[in-house]
Parts: sequence; structure tokens; C-alpha cells
Amino acid sequence: MSSSVNGSDLFELARDRDELAIADKKPLFSRNEAVSEALRCLYCVDAPCIKACPTEIDIPTFIRRIGTGDVSGSALTIFAQNTLGASCARICPVEVLCEGSCVYTGWHRDPIKIGRLQRFATETAALPASALPRTGAKRAKHVALIGAGAASLACAAELVLHGHKATIFEKKKFGGGLNTSSIAPYKLHADDALAEVAWIAEMGVELHFGVAFGKELRGEELLSEYDAVFIGVGLGEDSRLGIPGEDGKGVVGAVEWIEQMKLASSPKRALGAVVVIGGGNTAIDAARECAQLGGDVTLVYRRGLEAMSAYAHEVEAARKDGVTIAVDQTPRRFVHDASGNLSGVAFAQTGAPSETIFPAQLAIVAIGQSKVRGIAEQFPGVEVNARGSIVADPKTGVTGNDRVFAGGDSVNGGKEVVNAVAAGRDAARALIARWAGATQLALAI
Amino acid sequence: MADLSIEFAGIKSPNPFWLASAPPANTGDQVMRAFDAGWGGAVWKTLGDPIVNTSSRFGGIDYGPMKMMGLNNIELITDRPLEVNLREIREVKKRYPNHAVIASLMTQTKEDWKVLIRRVEDAGCDGLELNFGCPHGMCERGMGSSVGQEPRLAEEITSWAREYAKTPVLVKLTANTGDIVEIAEAVVRGGAHGLSLINTIKSIIGVDLDRLVPLPRVGNAATNGGYCGPAVKPIALQMVAALAREKSIGVPISGIGGIGDWRDAAEFIALGSTSVQVCTAVMHYGFRIVRDMIDGLSSYLDAQGMKSVNELRGRAVGAYKEWGDLDLNYQVVAAIDSQTCIGCQLCVVACNDGAHQCIFTGREEKARPTHAHTVGLAKPPSPFPIGAIAGDRVPWVDEPECVGCNLCQLVCPVTGCITMREVPSDSVDSWNDRVRDGRDRIPGGIHE
Repeated sequence: MSSSVNGSDLFELARDRDELAIADKKPLFSRNEAVSEALRCLYCVDAPCIKACPTEIDIPTFIRRIGTGDVSGSALTIFAQNTLGASCARICPVEVLCEGSCVYTGWHRDPIKIGRLQRFATETAALPASALPRTGAKRAKHVALIGAGAASLACAAELVLHGHKATIFEKKKFGGGLNTSSIAPYKLHADDALAEVAWIAEMGVELHFGVAFGKELRGEELLSEYDAVFIGVGLGEDSRLGIPGEDGKGVVGAVEWIEQMKLASSPKRALGAVVVIGGGNTAIDAARECAQLGGDVTLVYRRGLEAMSAYAHEVEAARKDGVTIAVDQTPRRFVHDASGNLSGVAFAQTGAPSETIFPAQLAIVAIGQSKVRGIAEQFPGVEVNARGSIVADPKTGVTGNDRVFAGGDSVNGGKEVVNAVAAGRDAARALIARWAGATQLALAI
Repeated sequence: MADLSIEFAGIKSPNPFWLASAPPANTGDQVMRAFDAGWGGAVWKTLGDPIVNTSSRFGGIDYGPMKMMGLNNIELITDRPLEVNLREIREVKKRYPNHAVIASLMTQTKEDWKVLIRRVEDAGCDGLELNFGCPHGMCERGMGSSVGQEPRLAEEITSWAREYAKTPVLVKLTANTGDIVEIAEAVVRGGAHGLSLINTIKSIIGVDLDRLVPLPRVGNAATNGGYCGPAVKPIALQMVAALAREKSIGVPISGIGGIGDWRDAAEFIALGSTSVQVCTAVMHYGFRIVRDMIDGLSSYLDAQGMKSVNELRGRAVGAYKEWGDLDLNYQVVAAIDSQTCIGCQLCVVACNDGAHQCIFTGREEKARPTHAHTVGLAKPPSPFPIGAIAGDRVPWVDEPECVGCNLCQLVCPVTGCITMREVPSDSVDSWNDRVRDGRDRIPGGIHE
């Protein structure tokens, strides 16, 4: 087992990784831009933007504080509800969350640019981890967290800020989960995601990397050594189509490809023709990233446009990036040439027998991710539903075992990072409340 | 198109829009460019004994995204030689014989006034404006507002000016006085042909919180300045109206204070101004703003069926009453248009925290606050007002409790969404009526 490290010490990012060729689409606001945007905010009462935020950040208040020049106070307002407020500011689909519910939107005016203001506050304030307010616990408890993604980080941060101890075990060599390995580079680059992990480590969260749960680490071990366990493992490998040629060269799962693009050293070969298979937000991400890296990209989806689960604004943005979108095409097989290199993907018009071959040097399969198996059975009482997700209370994250909590993609099947943050934080709050109650009870006796 | 020309105590002007005595009327070049832009007159930057100015001089106060809601300055009277100003006045009058050029003056001894008045009248100015208003710097030297705060002194100096002047004498009054009518009556007794008000208000515009020095900062110190701009308009309107309705005054008024567009000008004219003077808006946006003032005022007069701006003058003065004359039976209640409401609920918090607790959200009955006029529960309207934009975030008004204060309408960001609906009443009853009939009394008053 590796020693306690902060998020960026252990993992060395490749200096020539592809993601660096893609610049921020929404750069940091200048102070002037931020203040003038902040002053547009109506400061609504019982504001709809707060209700639309899974972590219920007090948005009008943090915006008002930008307007009055109290940027630190603004950042503290954000972190009070969301310790990953810096990354959420950049990766949240604000169009369908806070900004989508801004009263200006209904009024057919531009909504307040909440995401960019949140980025301005968190990034400009640059608060040290020690600046976050802390409360002590009567008796410090110790929680083990499996996985170092958003859910576990938010849960651990909340625990340590309330006087408890938190130790995270991560299978990979880096922390941050999808924030590090999967977020589109024009939103967030891996180094910024790792810096956030380091910041949370500074709060006092202990992180261990390269620890495979189930092998080096057993459920019974955690239950005997720690007061509680939080499962925040996210999802597993890319799902497979199960069609001929899928194991050949040039065919890759979306999550795997994106992780390579974001983290690994790149040979800088031209991408050429790319076919992305799928209709969700990950498919759109992969397609846009390939287009931004110079690929000639076609996104192919088996059903109609209206059935795509990707956000409409993302589909539109993909078109603007130059992605061609083909619908009602079912993938049949991957076509390789005599030397074994991918040359195309054969599709059938959905419901028709004839095949069309889309030329491709790279095929990215983005049809979802499998579930992480084998975690739940290590903990007595923890159940998994028919879809492979861990069963946990939506408010508290408590599973069938009252010392085991879970949250994030492994429970909700795959939602936004901000949903994982909310789930992790809420699990921590449930534990904090439970232990505070227990202490009070003990004192009463 | 309505006739905008005016005659102010004998001074003719193609329109009522004059530059106030201030930085925009500092030089002949500025005044001529202003006349080219459409200004009808200019009151020249105050002439007097040479002074030395500070750097810096101005400070602004912003409101939300709007810059310079108020402006404060510590600049003194002209710092240019008198000869240069006189030469330029002569030049301007030669080139613009039909525009009004008024010389603002400030000096000390009777002899000084005599010399100064002779020289500016020789240069061809159409009238004089005695600066009894400046609240910074000059007042420390016994001039400006230190004169305007002493009725006896103000009356005497006005009478000196009358003794020497061949052109009309206007007196510019300070707002830094307890009773504007008292000082106005004094200068009218002294012979003033007209009054200009208000001059700037004594102020500190802000504090540099890093250095802990007030603003505008001159090195490591600061002094009080004169406050003007949109923020002072309500103060100026009241003072103008107070003089316009006072029978003992009876001389034309040049209204000054936060005028930036034709509406502001029309309001000052309706409250009794013959001409209006503008400074801050020109300092902010330039001489070009007069186009809107000319066209906007003309269109307004046309729409009102008035052939001349003189028909508008003083038309709202009669409706400016004492509080005791107001009809206590007049009642309005707030009405929220659910279709245009955006659901910000600023009216809800304003009413509940800042006013009289009669706007609510949600579909449940609400307990009325204990001090309510009518006891019991506030009942949401049926059917519940679902909005086009805000859905069921549209608030509702507990009408029996609404006192008609207007606050909700004032905070609503959507123009026209909240209206104040008049509740018919069949009788009129004022406080004065009540006192007169013995139904109420003025504690400690003469009716006791």
C-alpha cells in the first residue's frame, strides 16, 4: 500500500498530451467582466438557480459578493455547499441546471453566466485549504472511501472539515476520477483537476493510490478498521458492441480513448477519419474532441436525433465543431484492411438489410460503461439493483448496511459530476449528524 | 412642432436648455461647440479673482452597473485669466447673437462687484448669475454658499449687483440651507430678477478603504465637495417647486440638479422652471445629449397639445400640496400580472421585510402578521395565478391587507408587471379635514 500523498505528487502528467492542443472555451473572467456580470443578477428570493443546483449553492449570495468586491467571501459561499465548486464551475451543464432556470432565461434574456462567475470566484480567490471554516467533532471518527472521484472527494472533504478523518483508496495512479481523466479539455484540463485533488488533500484527507479494492483491500478489513465506509467507485469499463472486428486495431472505447487523450504522451499522428458510435454526452465529447484535434468526424447513432440522450446544446456545439451526425444506423462490423488496420465501420440503416461502410482510421465506441462488479458483495447487507447499481438512500447514501454508504455514478447509474458531489457530501452530512446525535445521547446518559 | 423658445427675465433663448456654470462652460470653444450641438444658452464658469485648483478634483458614486449616479467635485471657480474669459465671451456673443450667455460671478467687496459687473457686461453677456451656492473651497473664503446661507448678506450683495447691473441679475442658491424660501425671499427683496437652483450639495463622495482617506483624494487628504448628478434631482425638484408655489417669490426660476434628458427637463419645467441648466450629464456624455432633450420635449409637448414650452411651465405646481391636504380615502392595491411575472419574488421579500406583509407565495393560506389590519388568514386567489414565464412562482397579493405603498412595483424588474389598481372611493377626507372637524388633533399644536 502506498503512503499518503497529495493528488499531484504521485502522478506525472505527460507534457505532450493531446488535451493541451484544446483551449478553454470559456476562459476566466477578468475582474471587470465578473463584476459587471454580477451586477446584472436580480438577487432573486427563493432563487430558482439554487433549486436547480444539485448541491444547492447559494448562487445569488456568491454573485452579490463578487459585485461588492468580496471575492473570498464569494468563494467561501460556494465551498460551503460544494467543495469541488472550482471544477463544477467549469464542467457543469449550466445550460440545463442553474443558468437554465435563471429568471432571465424565461424572460428571453441572457441568463446570468453563473458558471463563469463561479469559476471567477473560486479561481481568483485562490483560497488555501486552511481558509475553509472547520468545526470540531466531540469524538473524531474515521471513514474509508473507495475511489478518488468526485463523490468520495466531496464526502471526505466534508468529513475532515467537521473534525473527522477520511482515507481514500484509489485503484488508479491519480485522483479526481472523471474530472481528471474524462472531462472535455475545453472545459477542464487534467492539471487543474489534479490541483483540486491536491487542495482537498491539504484539508487533511488522506489518499492512497494504486490500491485495488478486492485484492489488496477487503471489505471486512475496512469494516473492522474504520467506523464507516463510503463507496464512490463510479462506473467501470466501456461497454462493448459485441460485433465482429471490435478487438481489432483502431477500435477503442470512448472513456479509454478520452483518458489517453487527456493524460498520455501522444505520438501526434493525424487523426484522419473518425467514427464515433453512440448518442450520449460521452459520444458527443469524444466526437467534439476528435474534431478539435483535426479529425474528420462522423457521429453515428442507431436511433433518431430526438432519441439521443446528449444535451441539445452539446449536439449543436458538435455540429459547430464540424462533426457530421448520422442517425438511424446500426453498427454491424468493423472493417480492417489486409495489414490489419481499421479502414471503416459497416452500418445498416436501422431496420434495413443493406450495409453502408463509413471510412474510418479510428472508431470510438461510446455506448455507455459497465457497472463495477464485486464491490457490494464484500459488504454484508449492501444490495445491487437489476441495472447493476448499488442501492442507497437518495438523501443520505446509506445502503442496506448502516455503516456502508455509497454515492455517485455507482448508485445513480451515471449522472453529472455535481450529482456525485451532492451525494458524497450528503453521505458525509448524514454521518456527521449521526455521530453528533450519538455523542449527545452519550452525554445525556 | 412646439415652440421651445423662452424669455427668462428678459433674456431670450432659442430653447430652455442651458449649460450650468461648471467645467462644460469653462471656455469659449466649449460654449460654441455646445451651441452648435443645440444648447440654447450657457452660464459661464464662474468668474472672479484668480484661484489655484487641486489635482484630483472629482469623485463619482456608481449604482449597480450604472456609472456616476452622483458626482462630487472640489474644483473652484475659473482658473483662467479674466481677460481671456472676457475676450471669449465677446467672441461667442458676436458669433451667436441669439443664444443666451450669462456670466456667473463671485467676488467679495462692493467695489470688486462693481468692477466685475461692468467688465462682463462690456463683454456683451446677456445677464449675470451671482454664485451664492458653491459649497466647497470658496465658502471658506467667505463667498459662495457662505453668502447663500446668510439671508441678510445675500440680500445686500444682490442689491449691490442691482445697483451696477444693466442686464438681468440671477442669483444661484445653495441647497445647504434649512429653508430655501427664506433665502430666496431675501435675494428677491435685494432685487434679483431670477433664481437658479440648486447648486451642488456639500458632500463626501466616499472613502478609499485601502488608504482610509476620503475621496476624491489629494495626496493623503481630502475635503468636502459639491454633490450633483442624477441622485440629487429629487432634492432639486422639491426646492424648485417650493419656490414656484410661493407667492412672495414671483421671479423666474432656472432649474438645476440631475437633469440628463427631456423627461427630467419637463419635470423641472412642470414644477415651475423657465429654463433648466445641465452639467453632470454633459460631463458624462457630452454636448450631444441636447438633441434628445430638444426632440423629446418637442414630441412631448406636441402629444400634450401644447404649442409652446411656456404652456407646460408650472403645470404641476398646483398639485404640490402639504401632506395634511392629501385624501386619506384614496386607496390603491397591488396587482401582479401573472403572464409577465418572471418569478424573481423580489416583491415578496420587499413587502414582507420592508413594507406591510401582504404578498405571498404558494397555494396555502397564510397567517396574517399580528399587526395586520384585518385578522385571520390570507387566502390565495382561486384559480391560483399560474404565470406564462414563472409558472407557479407567481406571488399573490392579500388585497385586504395591501396598503398601496408601491414598494413591490418599485422593485419589480419587469416594467408594467405590477400595477397599482385604484379602489373606488365615494368621499374625500384629509388630515386637515379631520383636524378641522375635531376628529383628530395635532398633539402639541395650536389646535390642542
